[in-house]
Amino acid sequence: MRFEVNGTPLDVEVEPGQVLRTLLRENEHYEVKKGCDAGDCGACSVLVDGDAVHSCIYPAHRLEGRSVTTVAGLGSPDHPHPLQQAFVAAAGFQCGFCTAGMIVTASTFSDADRDDLPRLLKGNLCRCTGYRSIHDAICGVTNTETAPTGEATGHSVRAPAGMRVATGREEYTLDHTTTGLLHLAVLGSPHPHARIVSIDTSAAEAMPGVELVLTHLDSPATLFSTGRHESRNDDPDDTLVLDPVLRFRGQRVAAVVADSVRTAQLATERIVVEYELLPAVFDPEQARAQGAPLLHADKGMESRIAAPERNTVAEMHGETGDVEAALATSAATVEGTWRTQRVSHASLETHATRGWLDRDGRLVLRTSSQVPYLVRDEICHVFALHPDHVRVFTARVGGGFGGKQELLTEDIVTLAVLRLGRPVQYEFTRTDEFTIAPTRHPMRVTVRAGADAEGRLTALAVDQLMDTGAYGNHGIGVMYHSVHESVSVYRAPNKRVDAQSVYTNNLPSGAFRGYGLGQVIFAIESAMDELARRCGLDPFEFRRRNVITPGEPMVVVDPGEVTDLGYGNSYGLDQCLDLVQDALRTPGGLTPPSGPRWRLGTGVALAMIATMPPRGHFADTTVELLADGDYSIGVGTAEFGNGTTTVHGQLVASALGTTPDRVRIRQSDTDVARYDTGAFGSAGVVVAGKALLAASHKLAAAMRERALRLVDAERHDESLRDEAAGVVPGGVRVGDRLVTAAELVAAGPLIADGSHDGTPRSVAFNVHAFQVAVDEATGEVQILRSIQAADAGTVLNPEQLRGQIEGGTAQAIGTALYEEMMLDGEGRVITDAFRNYRTPKFSDIPVTEVLFADTFDELGPLGAKSMSEAPYNPVAPALANAIRDALGIRPQELPMSRDRLWRMIAAG
Amino acid sequence: MDLITVQQIRVPATRDEVTFAPGERPLGGGTWLFSEPQEGLTGLVDLTALGWEPLTVTDDLLTVAATCTIAELTRLPAHDGWAAHPLIALCADSLLASWKIWNVATVGGNVALALPAGAMTSLMSTLDATAVIWTADGGERRMPVTEFVTDVRVTRLAPGEVLRALEVRTAALRSRTAFRRIALSPLGRSGTLVTGRRGADGETVITITAGTPRPVQLRFDEVPSERALADAMSRIEEWYDDPHGSPDWRRAVSTLFAEEIRQELGGAA
Repeated sequence: MRFEVNGTPLDVEVEPGQVLRTLLRENEHYEVKKGCDAGDCGACSVLVDGDAVHSCIYPAHRLEGRSVTTVAGLGSPDHPHPLQQAFVAAAGFQCGFCTAGMIVTASTFSDADRDDLPRLLKGNLCRCTGYRSIHDAICGVTNTETAPTGEATGHSVRAPAGMRVATGREEYTLDHTTTGLLHLAVLGSPHPHARIVSIDTSAAEAMPGVELVLTHLDSPATLFSTGRHESRNDDPDDTLVLDPVLRFRGQRVAAVVADSVRTAQLATERIVVEYELLPAVFDPEQARAQGAPLLHADKGMESRIAAPERNTVAEMHGETGDVEAALATSAATVEGTWRTQRVSHASLETHATRGWLDRDGRLVLRTSSQVPYLVRDEICHVFALHPDHVRVFTARVGGGFGGKQELLTEDIVTLAVLRLGRPVQYEFTRTDEFTIAPTRHPMRVTVRAGADAEGRLTALAVDQLMDTGAYGNHGIGVMYHSVHESVSVYRAPNKRVDAQSVYTNNLPSGAFRGYGLGQVIFAIESAMDELARRCGLDPFEFRRRNVITPGEPMVVVDPGEVTDLGYGNSYGLDQCLDLVQDALRTPGGLTPPSGPRWRLGTGVALAMIATMPPRGHFADTTVELLADGDYSIGVGTAEFGNGTTTVHGQLVASALGTTPDRVRIRQSDTDVARYDTGAFGSAGVVVAGKALLAASHKLAAAMRERALRLVDAERHDESLRDEAAGVVPGGVRVGDRLVTAAELVAAGPLIADGSHDGTPRSVAFNVHAFQVAVDEATGEVQILRSIQAADAGTVLNPEQLRGQIEGGTAQAIGTALYEEMMLDGEGRVITDAFRNYRTPKFSDIPVTEVLFADTFDELGPLGAKSMSEAPYNPVAPALANAIRDALGIRPQELPMSRDRLWRMIAAG
Repeated sequence: MDLITVQQIRVPATRDEVTFAPGERPLGGGTWLFSEPQEGLTGLVDLTALGWEPLTVTDDLLTVAATCTIAELTRLPAHDGWAAHPLIALCADSLLASWKIWNVATVGGNVALALPAGAMTSLMSTLDATAVIWTADGGERRMPVTEFVTDVRVTRLAPGEVLRALEVRTAALRSRTAFRRIALSPLGRSGTLVTGRRGADGETVITITAGTPRPVQLRFDEVPSERALADAMSRIEEWYDDPHGSPDWRRAVSTLFAEEIRQELGGAA
């Protein structure tokens, strides 16, 4: 078949049943992305004879004689399409995985269409931005700027990869050609709990094109956890690469490696498995009760499971003071139970790994991960390899949100590569993302709280139960974190926490933006709102009376707890409360809908979060001067839309008196830096960034020293020792003499390292308020106004920070109102595609007014704090409180979907 | 997505070739077929090269070929007196699928797919359209679209039959209509879609789709009283249950919308 792509003829064989997307990617048009492969997300959008289509559902057999245009055909970095330029100028992307499809789609818009964007972009999902910046891009708004030399920080500098992203040139995980590549497909368990009695792979192995079939008989015997942390002991060792016991539907039973995805998938159906069905449990309340089927009773102490005999991976019980006595004598009390649902990260790039052996026989894994070093170390542990024999790296990662702090595809690819010695790829489908990738932990949280007559908290008690699913990845850390900053932000003499993380035969839960805090904050902030009402206090005033202030201990249940968590001399919660309250008093927002059915309300909530993960987060970085005056930096942390790469460039450019375009960034590769714990816990700026700053200062000193030596040698004049030497673009200026970079490095390489260990830590704050209208006849919620104030310390890149806050808000609005992974009660996910899972669209997200507190953190780089997870956390309770204000009834379950709210109203 | 079990795609140019071997299915635009794994599917018979005229308008009849794309239908200009014309755009916009999908997806495909939220089914049911079916023996048969779709993903198509066209009387296009829709998110898949149509003779038809597993029509000789409509609505027994809305909510909002429509079409408040 012959057709044209971007003006170039293509003569190809088309498989029956093939779609345009896979045909384009087979022919190295990697600018065409796979987000869903179902026509729902729009990442694969192209033009066919000028008409925009979703190439993943466009039958390839119809292409004869047609002309296809991709984002790469619209323009190139040297000659970009005006929209490509506009997306860069507006910072209209974060991870950028949706950008190609957005730009292709928007390239068909007329000027008038700009007024109809919610409708016209309903087929294009973006998980990162919250859409405001995409709106700006399409409407030609410039949000970025060029920073003056040496003053990059504090300016809205563009992401270095921007033009490559916008023109489809930036490589993501699988956007790369590997000759002789084999593909891996997995046979998933049809049962929620079963043991493999026998498995016959002969028919699959006999299929032409099949190279290898892997079963539990091939698996390393080393138990591990897919959840990754700095210390591997933070997660329970409860997982095998291939396990003869299956604990959730979809768990790997076997894997086939073949010369095509099609053959590999077809071969999985030829594997004959005999299962012994085991009793299963799907409700965490039942799972922890006596007599429940046990999931990991076969594991011993060494697996670090708190109580396998009660399906309990972790639990915490503690009290300070006497909560019962305090509640009994409080002037006002509140008690309630709140529930949060299972949520999918919905990163547009699915999990995927490509592995091969390099020329030295070293295993190389190119993967979609937030934590390449932790993956390397665990692969070494599981497969008994030396770290020198494994390289793990990422290209640009298409979204993470915690979902890629997991080892989900790398292990099975490693097994296949080591067996075959050939390159192997394993790519999740979108359905895999919904059915076997870890999700946000669903929680049931009961809160009891009391206050005295002046509205001062007397007691706060939290009872939390979470469904960690079939495996305990992040099931310990999320539990401890969930009750930490959520509880400790309030001062109360009596506190109690009971928390349990419980195994069930549902798919595993894992790390998700906010790491457990959001679920408990939803409950506590709702309870605080209610308590304020009962005390007759304004919700802002109630919080001012009860939140911790600088110098006060942050107490969960142990006032004597030794901690590295402090205030960093940068407390901004008071400012955030004032900023939001003042903003609410000024006019703004949408006009409320008219009609007697609409009820109006306002609500607020706050959140505190540590600026780094606990128990160490390490970054080793290097900065090197190159002969042309550019700097090359090596940093291990990954870019997945968090914007840390931009900030790293800014920090280095500022410290070395240059501009960010002179900074060449090598990143997220175990070959380019000694170590980095990874991109989680919002650590990219505050840990790796601080390490880079240290390296830059060290390099600047070394450059000055060498420049002075060179000048001394020239002039034979020791007096120059006292002359000022300054690092400037291109080298070092000593008096009126510019010692060039070439001269400097001629005497040997100039390279400095810088490290940071992630301690001590500080805290950041966010306050969100909403004004809403609720239709009491349908349950529809319209957000009239959305305001968030953030205490992020020094703002290093205002536009990027605004983007993180808007994106976190949008993701949280999805959690609060729309998104819900539904299970059938027997471990089967029934929402296994975007079309059944309401990831927010352009139409669903209001503009959020973003305000910054004015603080300077003495622990962060140049006074900055982290701000990636934090903006998510106060959103759901702020919305719930606004809805409560409107209706007089309090919603206590997420999502606050229209049908749930309608039912709540109807029940009175 | 690639349909990995498909071994052959046939593209007939004449009706004689429109036959189906076991495992073969008709292919319209393909936007749904290629969006989910299709178990047991071994072949596709592509109907889009048969040269069916997408839209034919006579004084009495609008004929929409099954292979007419949704984009083509939305570009159909209004003729004089077609008061119902805006329904075309309203229903197209009620599809979860965006306008990019409309460039490929067909009207017949959407109806034959028989999803409760299939908004082309909503449109054609509201307009009392007739489904024209090519029978396996080379003949043709007709039935109302409302009867054509019998359940979720179930139609009255027998093996070997294909949906050829949808016929809309222009009289229906000249009637007064009203439209209400809600989903669990602003532009989400419809939770319920309720329309009303009042003909020149006063006949008033309320059509419910998305909220019910199949199209439900309530027919009245004139605009009904509030009571008569409420009674008829309360007799609808089956409300759809899927991730896009609970049955009790679908019943409540459908009932609310039906009453709003009754008033909009001239019923006493």
